[in-house]
Amino acid sequence: MRLLNLFKIATKAIILNKTRTLLTMLGIIIGVASVIAMLAIGEGSKESIRESISAMGSNMITIKPGADDKGAVRGSGGDVQTLTLQNYEVIKEKASLLSYVTPVVNGSGQVINGSNNWPSSIYGVNPDYIKIKVVGLQSGSMFTDAEVKSASKVAVIGQTVVDNVFPDGQDPVGQMIRFNNIPFKVIGVLEEKGENTFGQDQDDVVLAPYTTVQKRILAIDHLNQIIASAISEDEASKAVTQVTELLRSEHKILDNEEDDFTVKSMEELISTFSSTTEMLTILLVAVASISLLIGGIGIMNIMYVSVKERTKEIGLRMAVGAKGADILMQFLIEAILISITGGILGVLLGLGASVFIEQFLGWPTSVALYSIIISFAVCAVTGIFFGWYPARKASALDPITALRYE
Amino acid sequence: MKKEIIKIENLKREFRMGTETVHALKGISFDIKEGEFVTIMGSSGSGKSTMLNILGCLDQPTSGLYEIDGVSVKDLSRNELATIRNEKIGFIFQSYNLLARTSAIENVELPLLYNSKVSTEERRERAIKALEMVGLGERLHHTPSQLSGGQQQRVAIARSLVNNPVMILADEATGNLDTRTSYEIMSLFQELNKKGITITFVTHEPDIATFSSRTVVLKDGEIMQDYQNHNVQSAATELAKLPKQDH
Repeated sequence: MRLLNLFKIATKAIILNKTRTLLTMLGIIIGVASVIAMLAIGEGSKESIRESISAMGSNMITIKPGADDKGAVRGSGGDVQTLTLQNYEVIKEKASLLSYVTPVVNGSGQVINGSNNWPSSIYGVNPDYIKIKVVGLQSGSMFTDAEVKSASKVAVIGQTVVDNVFPDGQDPVGQMIRFNNIPFKVIGVLEEKGENTFGQDQDDVVLAPYTTVQKRILAIDHLNQIIASAISEDEASKAVTQVTELLRSEHKILDNEEDDFTVKSMEELISTFSSTTEMLTILLVAVASISLLIGGIGIMNIMYVSVKERTKEIGLRMAVGAKGADILMQFLIEAILISITGGILGVLLGLGASVFIEQFLGWPTSVALYSIIISFAVCAVTGIFFGWYPARKASALDPITALRYE
Repeated sequence: MKKEIIKIENLKREFRMGTETVHALKGISFDIKEGEFVTIMGSSGSGKSTMLNILGCLDQPTSGLYEIDGVSVKDLSRNELATIRNEKIGFIFQSYNLLARTSAIENVELPLLYNSKVSTEERRERAIKALEMVGLGERLHHTPSQLSGGQQQRVAIARSLVNNPVMILADEATGNLDTRTSYEIMSLFQELNKKGITITFVTHEPDIATFSSRTVVLKDGEIMQDYQNHNVQSAATELAKLPKQDH
């Protein structure tokens, strides 16, 4: 009852000072809105990275030569020739947690068909590749294990290559193309996958048996990498351990030595990229939080002015029977109301800003419920924290002095 | 024998100003009985304001006894004093002290907001009744800026009546008003007094004292005179004697 009355008094004071209240709220509104919008941008980009990495095959495991390139400068993976066909065969045979494995050798060069040519990359793989990468064929078929064994000059090409070397719209399947002057028969065309998160065109590829690419194009007998898929997403990290152990014994690495190769699951890749965006999110939120803090100080400032300005009113209220606690609650409720109303408006503005950013700037955004709850809680706490001192000051006034105050 | 509303015995109030002690009230004793209309007179520095603060339970005596309606005030806490003020005293100030931009009825309701025993409906009813008593039944929803000085003071009087206090305490209540309006207000006080309401009026204007039933004169912190007024003037009659104003 008493609290309800104090609530009414506080509401009235706010309504009587509309403009000032709104200006006070502005700091909180902008603070909350920017926290929400910044978190939405952060969450959105994290989600989009996760999605596009998953689209590349979520249980995929990549094995690269050379140690993980964190820390000091090391040679690029391509220069290290520690992955061999024999490693691939051991993994294929013994790694029970893998469902598909393919060696990868890759190089770049010119794809030529008659007078049309196009710079592209060739990937020497086995038929498991399209299962690991989860990509289908739009026409023709993938080459077979037999064709890999015989090092046949057959190729499966991506849509970008088709568009550039078959500009007339003829069916590429059955046609001959040349890659770095080696003739290949096109036997299939990959489904379109578009660009990945890192802006790489996933359709700008030529797939051929790794045996053919090793011998005819690159003239090497090591592998650039091995990619595999775990039997399930849950088993991916165990599969990484299994492959690591196999390779360590294959490479005769002693217990106290570092790996000379790197095995990574997609999950790790995701977390690597997520940590980058997370860092960015933290920075954005830090900046936004500062504006929220400034908003809070704004409330404190105005509440101090308000207490000063209403000294006589406080004196009168005390004279007619308001206790110190009543005055304290009145001003505290006022501060909390301002900050919570500001919080609500800020959340709405933040949601609006997120939609705007998504619609007009094309950045992916995702508003997380937790960001709304946190901003809201922070607002309430801001109100209590910054409202406390002015309210305390008001409640401690001496009624006699307050009544005489002009 | 009428009930004693106020009982003061050998009341002293001292203030410490740095190293000096100022004796604002030097051992004062007097009673106020139910239904009295007392004016407390005195020039500035007489201890009048200190007396008013103590009578209003805004301040406490250094020593001596002060009882209001049977409650000894001396050792009460800040909160207990607030409750006494809320339930037993009606304040009227020289500058009205109404809340700006707040309607008459809401201003009058104010003391009852701090009394949780009074429901919302009862609060409204009592506020309307108090405003009717001071002749503002038609102006319930006017804000102070829409009312004249006299009307504003009437709202303040209604506010002081709304909690059914044992005593109304007025501090220079006519100080901001012209002669005609102050006579109007004084005649309202006399009317209320006739209905049995105890009034204590602190002022320095001698002609106000002629409307009251008793006068206490303070000087230098002591009572100089305390006399019954056997020839109480009627403020309404005095008002009628004033030259007519053309509006």
